[in-house]
Amino acid sequence: MNDKGKIVLGLIVFLVIMTFPMWYNFINGVVPFEDAVVQTANTPGKDKCVRAADYMRTQHMDLLNEWRQEVVRNGDRYTEDAYGNKIEKSLSNTCMDCHSNKEEFCDRCHNYMAVAPYCWDCHVLPAEVQQADMALKVDATEGNE
Amino acid sequence: MSLWFSIFLLIVLIAIPLIGASIPGFPLLLGVIIPYAAIAIFLVGFVMRIIGWAKSPVPFRIPTTSGQEKSLDWIKYAKYDNPHTFWGVVVRMALEIFFFRSLFRNTKAELRGQKIVYGSNKYLWAAGLAFHYSFLVIFIRHFKYFVEPIPGFVSLIQFFDGFFQVGLPILYLTDALIVAALGFLLLRRLLDSRLRHLSHAADWFPLLLILGIASTGILMRYFIKIDVVSAKELGTGLLSFSPVVPIGVNPLFYIHLFLVCTLIAMFPFSKLMHLGGIFLSPTRNLANNNRAVRHVNPWNYDVKVHTYEEYEDEFRDVMKAADMPLDKE
Repeated sequence: MNDKGKIVLGLIVFLVIMTFPMWYNFINGVVPFEDAVVQTANTPGKDKCVRAADYMRTQHMDLLNEWRQEVVRNGDRYTEDAYGNKIEKSLSNTCMDCHSNKEEFCDRCHNYMAVAPYCWDCHVLPAEVQQADMALKVDATEGNE
Repeated sequence: MSLWFSIFLLIVLIAIPLIGASIPGFPLLLGVIIPYAAIAIFLVGFVMRIIGWAKSPVPFRIPTTSGQEKSLDWIKYAKYDNPHTFWGVVVRMALEIFFFRSLFRNTKAELRGQKIVYGSNKYLWAAGLAFHYSFLVIFIRHFKYFVEPIPGFVSLIQFFDGFFQVGLPILYLTDALIVAALGFLLLRRLLDSRLRHLSHAADWFPLLLILGIASTGILMRYFIKIDVVSAKELGTGLLSFSPVVPIGVNPLFYIHLFLVCTLIAMFPFSKLMHLGGIFLSPTRNLANNNRAVRHVNPWNYDVKVHTYEEYEDEFRDVMKAADMPLDKE
């Protein structure tokens, strides 16, 4: 049989698919992920996270999941942090007190890893919502002048 | 014996990165040099293998006739199981590649008392299909570790894979499916004494290796969490040819990566080549038109023939003298 053309075409399709990440990165020009420390808000009386950074980096979802189960199913709202201080098991009230910059602090990595947590399907973002409200008000007052 | 050999080999392959991850310089080897070598072996090896097959002579059409052949108009024929046109072959190949039609037709013979009975046996087909499609989805999902920004189709597949939002991190259906399917494929070979007899290290090892890859991946996602951002930095760095070696990544990640490198490096030399081979199966990809079209062996040399006319011309006088009948007087 003389199928040279078909086989070569098939091989080209194979190579294009297999090297997809290479040419996709070549076209998009990948910039290395900026692993800089994200500044969080200075909240009086809170200078340390409830767990060590290494634990939080890889396992924050476990902690949040645990908290959610305990709060929603058992009504058990309070716990101790790694240093023995009493804290509320709350994403909005405890975590986001300091980490109010969701876009910087949460979304950056989540987007980088295509993780779409359903936290904010229910939770509101206290600081960002306030900022948005403020912006609206500022716009409105400017419009009046 | 071949099973124990495969298990031993897998243990060695796990031990190398497990011990090596903490030795200085080893992460560079495991994270950059070996992956590049494996990718090169895979791509070059695959192409060479296909070219080798393409060069093998296929002088005859040898399609398997899995249905009534096309003949007279009033005889109903199997359009796709025994195709006689190019597009019929395309459909047959698509059924083979996407739905494993040959396996679907699998039967099993069994002795019931004194009688031998044949029945349909779809377990291998079902497990094979589940395994291959899970593997494909997992393969596509993994693009997210190698590209930035992440294309929409990757996020979409990932969304549907975790559609039921079981647990946290959300369980991917394919993760459960691939382990179940691999488990079946492994047990099938283990429990059936005939199949066990037929299985070589070349059969056991890929199964165990893929099972090892799947388990380490599952461990990293659901149980022993690793720093995925560093993992992605390594991945994108590799495939944009500006490799970085992240420090302090869990050894589990290096085991996963090393096993994947082993898989793709052995790919061109193993039964895994059926990925390319299925397209080149002569019994599947040739139209069965032997009765309609004359196929001349393309590399037949010009046979020196001596036709009857020439013969008569040569011996006309002698034949005439012997009173033999002649075509031309």
